[in-house]
Amino acid sequence: MYETSYHRAGSLAEAAQLISNADDGKFLGGGQTLLPTMKQRLAAPSDIVDLTKIPELKGIREDGGSIVIGAATTHYEVASSALLKEKIPGLAALAGGIGDPAVRHMGTLGGSIANNDPAADYPSALVALNATVATSKRSLSAEDFFVGMFETALDDDEVVVSVSFPIAQKSAYSKYPNPASRYAMAGVFVARLGDGSVRVAVTGAGQNGVFRATAMEDALSGNWSPDAVAGIEVGADDMLHDIHGSADYRSNLVTVMAKRAVAATG
Amino acid sequence: MSKVSMVLNGKPVAADVEDRTLLVSFIREVRGLTGTHVGCDTSQCGACVVHVDGKAVKSCTMLAAQADGAEVVTLEGLASGGALHPVQAAFKENHGLQCGFCTPGMIMSAVDMINRHGAGNLDETTIRHELEGNICRCTGYHNIVKAIKAASDQMAGMAQAAE
Amino acid sequence: MAVEGIGARALRKEDKRFITGKGRYTDDMVLPGMGHAAFVRSPHAHARVKGIDASAALAMPGVDAVLTGDQLVGDGIGNLICGWMIHSKDGSPMNMGGWRALEPEVVRHVGQAVAVVVADTPAQARDAADAVVVDYEELPAVVDAIEALAPGAPQIHPEAAGNLIFDWEIGDEAAVEAAFDNAAHVTRMEIRNNRLVPNPMEPRAALASYDDAEEHYTLYTTSQNPHVARLVLSAFYNVAPEHKLRVIAPDVGGGFGSKIYIYPEEMVCLWASKRVGRPVKWVSDRTEAFLTDAHGRDHRSEAELALDADNRITGLRVKTIANLGAYMSLFSSSVPTYLYATLLSGQYDIPAIHANVKTVYTNTTPVDAYRGAGRPEATYLLERLMETAAREVGLSPAEFRRRNFVRSFPHQTPVIMCYDAGDYDATLDAAMKAADYDGFAARKAEAASRGKLRGIGLSCYIEACGIAPSAAVGSLGAGVGLWESAEVRVNPVGTVEVLTGSHSHGQGHETTFAQLISERFGLDTDAVSIVHGDTDKVQFGMGTYGSRSGAVGMSAIVKALDKVEAKAKKIAAHLMEAAEGDIQIEGGELKVAGTDKKLTFTEVALAAYTAHNLPDGMEPGLKEGAFYDPTNFTFPAGTYVCEVEVDPETGKTEIVNFVAADDFGKVINPMIVEGQVHGGLVQGIGQALLENASYDENGQLLTASYMDYSMPRADDVPSFKLTTHETLCPGNPLGMKGCGEAGAIGSPPAVINAITDAIGSNDLAMPASPEKVWALYRSAMREAAE
Repeated sequence: MYETSYHRAGSLAEAAQLISNADDGKFLGGGQTLLPTMKQRLAAPSDIVDLTKIPELKGIREDGGSIVIGAATTHYEVASSALLKEKIPGLAALAGGIGDPAVRHMGTLGGSIANNDPAADYPSALVALNATVATSKRSLSAEDFFVGMFETALDDDEVVVSVSFPIAQKSAYSKYPNPASRYAMAGVFVARLGDGSVRVAVTGAGQNGVFRATAMEDALSGNWSPDAVAGIEVGADDMLHDIHGSADYRSNLVTVMAKRAVAATG
Repeated sequence: MSKVSMVLNGKPVAADVEDRTLLVSFIREVRGLTGTHVGCDTSQCGACVVHVDGKAVKSCTMLAAQADGAEVVTLEGLASGGALHPVQAAFKENHGLQCGFCTPGMIMSAVDMINRHGAGNLDETTIRHELEGNICRCTGYHNIVKAIKAASDQMAGMAQAAE
Repeated sequence: MAVEGIGARALRKEDKRFITGKGRYTDDMVLPGMGHAAFVRSPHAHARVKGIDASAALAMPGVDAVLTGDQLVGDGIGNLICGWMIHSKDGSPMNMGGWRALEPEVVRHVGQAVAVVVADTPAQARDAADAVVVDYEELPAVVDAIEALAPGAPQIHPEAAGNLIFDWEIGDEAAVEAAFDNAAHVTRMEIRNNRLVPNPMEPRAALASYDDAEEHYTLYTTSQNPHVARLVLSAFYNVAPEHKLRVIAPDVGGGFGSKIYIYPEEMVCLWASKRVGRPVKWVSDRTEAFLTDAHGRDHRSEAELALDADNRITGLRVKTIANLGAYMSLFSSSVPTYLYATLLSGQYDIPAIHANVKTVYTNTTPVDAYRGAGRPEATYLLERLMETAAREVGLSPAEFRRRNFVRSFPHQTPVIMCYDAGDYDATLDAAMKAADYDGFAARKAEAASRGKLRGIGLSCYIEACGIAPSAAVGSLGAGVGLWESAEVRVNPVGTVEVLTGSHSHGQGHETTFAQLISERFGLDTDAVSIVHGDTDKVQFGMGTYGSRSGAVGMSAIVKALDKVEAKAKKIAAHLMEAAEGDIQIEGGELKVAGTDKKLTFTEVALAAYTAHNLPDGMEPGLKEGAFYDPTNFTFPAGTYVCEVEVDPETGKTEIVNFVAADDFGKVINPMIVEGQVHGGLVQGIGQALLENASYDENGQLLTASYMDYSMPRADDVPSFKLTTHETLCPGNPLGMKGCGEAGAIGSPPAVINAITDAIGSNDLAMPASPEKVWALYRSAMREAAE
């Protein structure tokens, strides 16, 4: 790791001040992606500003028809939340499958979505559940928030404060992990929202990060069953391909994971 | 440089370290506790697992500065008053280690696993899944899984006996 | 503790330090004033080094020195060696290119070191290494062995024209030709053995120091064989004469072969410690380990099996191309030759075998012995052929194997090996019973009802351990003898220290070896300590690899114990005025048979050291040493049965049952032996399902971290069912065979045979990744539909 200066922000205002004072600063959540990247010298921020101790970034609460999760909430806290297990079980299950137990103790919701790794799990949940991202500056729909691979709508000095997930009638996530890294090679989040509309979001597979599988949404709207998506192929054209799986294989996995996610909603 | 203070294995410690110092370097190099190991660069192998404020974390993927003010427990701090922790004892009794290099992380992860699930609530499938972040190259996991199950069940028995 | 002799499941004496965080590995060692090394490594697979500019690095804080290959060569440091000479079939010696620990002219694989920085802290050293500017002129690279042999391929070493290192053969080509001419059936396959990265969890490390007053070096390092390291560092690299160099291999976190070799980095630390005048430490990170630890396997073979009308094997013909990487590592030449082709007869009576092996340079990390070393390659090739042939001729895989088993011993194969003892029917029967082979059809039907494809596969392996005898391996080209030494020191108070040339890096020698003494003298195992891994303490030893510590290392201890026992009996007989032949050792006492006269072992030991009353002419003391040179290899063998379920939608394979029935001869500690098998099995399953060192066409290693190299995790594998059948090895005093590698040798073909059985298609190469299995099953279904 190159030299860097660590700062711990106590408030959003302080975080903004610290980052504006830095030459090339970066916000730090749990650090489970940023620190390994810095250790490999692939990132060299002059300053890192730790957001995890800011009070308004913590906690899980119900607010109207939504569950609001603070950005500094860890994957473990999401996975073990009784409220989430009851209201949006697919989201709790997703968080319980990120990384491994030690990573889940550190990694945060805000850190994950701000990085927008194409193989990360959370983006699929935000898009499928039609979540709203509250930042230090504004509110954004999930689809507006995720711009492309490792790209979000966030400004350099903008902090994710919380994410508001509308409570869904049904939700489930199914992923096929990369055998080495255990990141998603294809992860599919299916949701039937409160208004009955259906959303299907895919992560891990697409070249541009998370995307909606609209043909699957249409099929599930009329028939919420694994069979409804079994014959739907998302196509290999925009799929990632690497030593672990071709675009064709990933395309197949998307269909299979969609089926299994629907089946998991019971 | 920053001053980092923490309670390490029950003892308050402090040192001035470069901000880029990882928690594992603080533990090993600054404090000389070499029971915590480094086996990879990418947060996968788990040889470096310690407990920070009661939860298992990978000390190679956390800055010492992030742990400022925290309570940290390493393998060296697990036994109390000369008596092995039941998980430590179970690793020996079940031949859950060979070269010993992954063992610190395995034991710390196992203790955390039992804490979260509750003693006596672990089956083989759960244990294998929970060990996703700990790699062993010697044992083929067979006896590690056996050791964790035995420790979990034994701790349940101890808890029951204490009631 | 207790008296725990041969056969006891004694808990390990060494465990306490490991489970309490008190193990002492190389990276745990700290010397006053030590500096830290970081290497400047080539980002190119093949390039000319046109210049190295270290000026910026030298100006950085904490930096002592930047050292390069020119300085190394200038100081008279020798090239790295290959310790086994192989001759091509035309009689010419192998074509070996030069390998310098820091390369001044042409780098030949990504990660090869060209310079080293020594600085006050590891971070400063890394920062400065990044600031060393190396001017490279890129050269075309080749990574595939077959492409490297093709005309017009990039030339890697001037000494090896066309990148061919040697073209070697074994067996009777004409006899094999005749067998194929008269065959009733021929089974042909192309077989690939995938390249693996050993990945002991402790990365390599070195801490070197130089004492200029004594002109003496000390090296702490991650070695499986510290004495061999000292010998090579002295005799070939000219770092220091042996008596001026102490090599210590303290606790070592796994080896699996990869820590046999004497690598550039350890040697550079020694050399640099004198150059910079302070101790120098280097610890590999995991990506450095992927790029520089010797890899394993990487064979491409064509194999043919000839059968007669009764489905008895009449001939085996094998052509293999082995990729040795960019340089010839220490034992690299022996692996695809004498450790591979000599095992091609397997458990079968095959009258004629011929194998041709070509070894090739490529722009990849050097390849050498990795757990099993040659024997997994032979077993995989033969056992896939056997399963395939059985399917082709319509016999059950078990029946076809039984029809061809060797049943009388000794059995001379056509490829050097002479099997001394075994009972292959017994291990096959035991494995099939434990696997409930007969119930498989019902389980397959039940799995089908859940949409899963179930398959079962067999593998009947044989291997050769305790590589030996020294005179024989010498005649085949080995540069060293392959004996072992031991010294048994009885202290005046009756406790015992055993100094052994074997090295434990997970194998539990401190316990198993102590059990020998416990058995022999009736002593508590706590009264015994095992000393190893330090060239200042143990006189010499060949170290631990090739499953040799039991059959060879313990045999040396037994020989030394024989001498100690004989002397102790003489002393006891003298003190108790009895005949030497009447002295019996039992329960820690020396007794006169048929009387109640006895002395404790402690009393006899004390008498040996007080020397107040010893037999006439006897030297005081009770300490004996021995060297043991085996008379033959040992031949562990067994049958593995793997049962899998394949998910046809994803291609993912789950191992639902795995049985291993092994014959290791005499087992000293069943608990430790089982642990060795478990670990070997998972490395073999890893090879079959997950692991592959993958290069792109430019020679970049695509799997250089755990993000991309699939290490077996706990949820990738099942718990195992193990059983043993014992036939004693007649060649050593305890009847031991060796158990360290069997699991890795026998399991890959069992797994692949099970998957091909499940999906009904045979064209499957390792690793059987989900995508490969999925695609193969889909095309098989499509073909079936057409």
